[in-house]
Amino acid sequence: MSTKLLSIRDLHIVLPSGAEREFAVEELNLDLAKGETLCIVGESGSGKSLTARAIMGLLPAPHVRVEKGEINFDGEDIVKISYDRLREIRGSEISMIFQEPMTALNPVMTIGKQIDEVFRFHVNMSSKERVQRSIKLLEDVHLPDPEKLISAYPHELSGGQRQRAMIAMALALDPKIIIADEPTTALDVTTQAQILKLIKEMQLAYNTGVLFITHDFGVVADIADRVVVMQEGRIVETGTVKQVLNAPKHPYTQGLIAAVPRLKPRAARARSDETALEVRGLNKIFGGGRGLFGFGVPSRKVVAVKDVELDLRRGETLGVVGESGSGKSTLARCIIRLLENDGGKIMLEGVDLNRLDRAGMRPWRAKIQMVFQDPFASLNPRIKVGDIIAQGPVTQGVSKDLAVERARELMSIVGLDERAFNRYPHEFSGGQRQRIGIARALALNPEILIADEPVSALDVSIQAQILSLLDKIRDQMNLSMIFITHDLRVAAQVCDRLAVMRYGEIVETGATAEVFAAPQHSYTKELLAAVPGQGWEQETPISPAA
Amino acid sequence: MIMADFWERYSRSRSAVLGLAILGLVIFMAAIANLIFPDDPFRLAGQPMSLPGTNGFLLGSDTLGRDVAAGIAHGAKTSIMIGLVATLASVFIGLIFGAFAGYYGGRTDDLLMRITEIFQTIPSFIFAILLVAIMKPSIESIVIAITVVSWPGVARLVRGEFLSLKNREFVQACHTLGMSDSRIMLREMLPNCLSPIIVIGSLMVATAILIESGLAFLGLGDPNIMSWGFQIGAGRTMLRSAWWICTFPGIAILVTVLSINLVGEGLNDALNPRLRERN
Repeated sequence: MSTKLLSIRDLHIVLPSGAEREFAVEELNLDLAKGETLCIVGESGSGKSLTARAIMGLLPAPHVRVEKGEINFDGEDIVKISYDRLREIRGSEISMIFQEPMTALNPVMTIGKQIDEVFRFHVNMSSKERVQRSIKLLEDVHLPDPEKLISAYPHELSGGQRQRAMIAMALALDPKIIIADEPTTALDVTTQAQILKLIKEMQLAYNTGVLFITHDFGVVADIADRVVVMQEGRIVETGTVKQVLNAPKHPYTQGLIAAVPRLKPRAARARSDETALEVRGLNKIFGGGRGLFGFGVPSRKVVAVKDVELDLRRGETLGVVGESGSGKSTLARCIIRLLENDGGKIMLEGVDLNRLDRAGMRPWRAKIQMVFQDPFASLNPRIKVGDIIAQGPVTQGVSKDLAVERARELMSIVGLDERAFNRYPHEFSGGQRQRIGIARALALNPEILIADEPVSALDVSIQAQILSLLDKIRDQMNLSMIFITHDLRVAAQVCDRLAVMRYGEIVETGATAEVFAAPQHSYTKELLAAVPGQGWEQETPISPAA
Repeated sequence: MIMADFWERYSRSRSAVLGLAILGLVIFMAAIANLIFPDDPFRLAGQPMSLPGTNGFLLGSDTLGRDVAAGIAHGAKTSIMIGLVATLASVFIGLIFGAFAGYYGGRTDDLLMRITEIFQTIPSFIFAILLVAIMKPSIESIVIAITVVSWPGVARLVRGEFLSLKNREFVQACHTLGMSDSRIMLREMLPNCLSPIIVIGSLMVATAILIESGLAFLGLGDPNIMSWGFQIGAGRTMLRSAWWICTFPGIAILVTVLSINLVGEGLNDALNPRLRERN
């Protein structure tokens, strides 16, 4: 390894009094060399982002500040230097890429102008030269048509392009260190693969040190040279990527890695002959704005779901996979009749649900239930947990006492404490809230459960628990499940069959193992190829019962 | 326990507590007005134009020898009563309009909001004058006029809250359970937007008192009921020779409206969930 760029010694970051723990980060030591990629991995609340912010001098002082320790950057201690010197370092010597490119870019300034600013504040250059450098940078990050792009506004770019523009800004002054805080978390998997490739490429070209913060072990396997694992503000394990991923020593790391869903499809189960739900030719078109008083034809039309056909057999899990904007959530909401659709059939027990009006639909509601994505938005903050679960049966005409009894029973099935009954949702963690959401869906004894990204908002270890809970209840209650996800690893773990969606259409369906082994459609191939961490998978023997 | 918790957050602001204390005093004064001034405040009580503290008048008397202090005490009753009734009525109407518009959206929303806008485009005080003039000045017509000009604000607020709540996943979950619309609106959504409604309601009481005083000042008050605005209107020609006739009712209006605003702001801080999380 060449020279050390950054070395952090005994770093302590305090949290305001009354927080969950005294220190956000404790006794942190790490080193970063030139041309090296160091990944900081950890679950939410592990202190990884605050560490990054401390290096940039961006801690939300005075509540959160460095208590002691040093951050040694090229011979200077960032904790102690003056504010002016810090400003010089930021952007020119250490730069940062944020998670959400839409909020990190200024929406009312053109891309060119924002890159230009970096030059203007840090170096003395003529405006012509600056424009040329900007165009060159955009070219370097492989953005199409850079001459035009410098006069584009952030909203005119796609998510991936925005992140490329952010990277161009970060690279503008040839910094020694780039800090990337979950730079691909908000992106689709195919875009993520491209961005990771780009970061790697840029690093080689400029010989920068990259501090990459992520929660995704697949990404770690693809990009890291060395890995630091953090838990509750402390480093529990450090090592090269091979050491940590293939032979983790600390039990926490072992647990985390075991919880990462393997990209190997689950063993196929016999398919039942009994059809649970049939969807035929389902369409959904979103219309644009209407004129004054709401008359006139919609001006803009977006086809969100187009001629979708699905067959769900009794007891099977059908995965609907696709990237953001593919229409998978809209499809789910159409099937459960949360959204009115524009034609098609939804056949359940020989009845076309699509033809029922609201009142006619009511008795059928109990048969199809839904688990939502966001465990924080899906529970009414003003209603007690027990009542939330008992609500469904009461609505369907079950007596209050029976409903409460059922709610208690369900709480124990989903693994919630009896005492949770009389508490409010805000007292629970994300994983526990998702259990409450599942209990609410199960309270009506549904035959079909639609799960819309039920684990995408959760940490990987919690994710594994919720997935195994869903598996358990599916077998126990003989549920048929439609499982919507963007994560192929998760899909491989839970789904018997897959339907791949793009632009509102299903481009491929088939048994999970078949789709993974021999994808037919080019888009499916693209999706599969983009899943991070595949190289690691091949090297590791699949641990039994992960 | 929830109340104690709420009081703790509310009392963190000293001005909010002060506002509540003053408001309490005003209400107390209104409540005991009949005990300390059992006579009709319109009655000629003694020598006209007496200075405060002379001829047995605490705050002086006006041109016709009416007791200013008695007028203020009885006027407090009027102000508080009109403020409360008009606010309750407009919150009720605004809630219904806003809730239906926000929840059902589309045509219903367009129709209800266009109606709301018609009311909003007319300058509210002039509209109130017009309404009272048409209906003949009486306490009922004043309450109706104030209600008519103040409900659109509530409707817009409630509509906004309902619009954002209806797409929240917990409301969608209620749909999938087959819950009826009225139950979703009343049990699920309404409790989640009570805080801003309470705050805007408290501030509306202050506005209502101001409008009532304004109307009474212009001679559009109920002729049989004593009011602060009426007192100021009656004394305004004598402002240079008998300053006390206008000044004391004016101070009463100022202090009451100020205290209600302080209370409203205190409620806002205490009910605002974001502030709550910060602590």
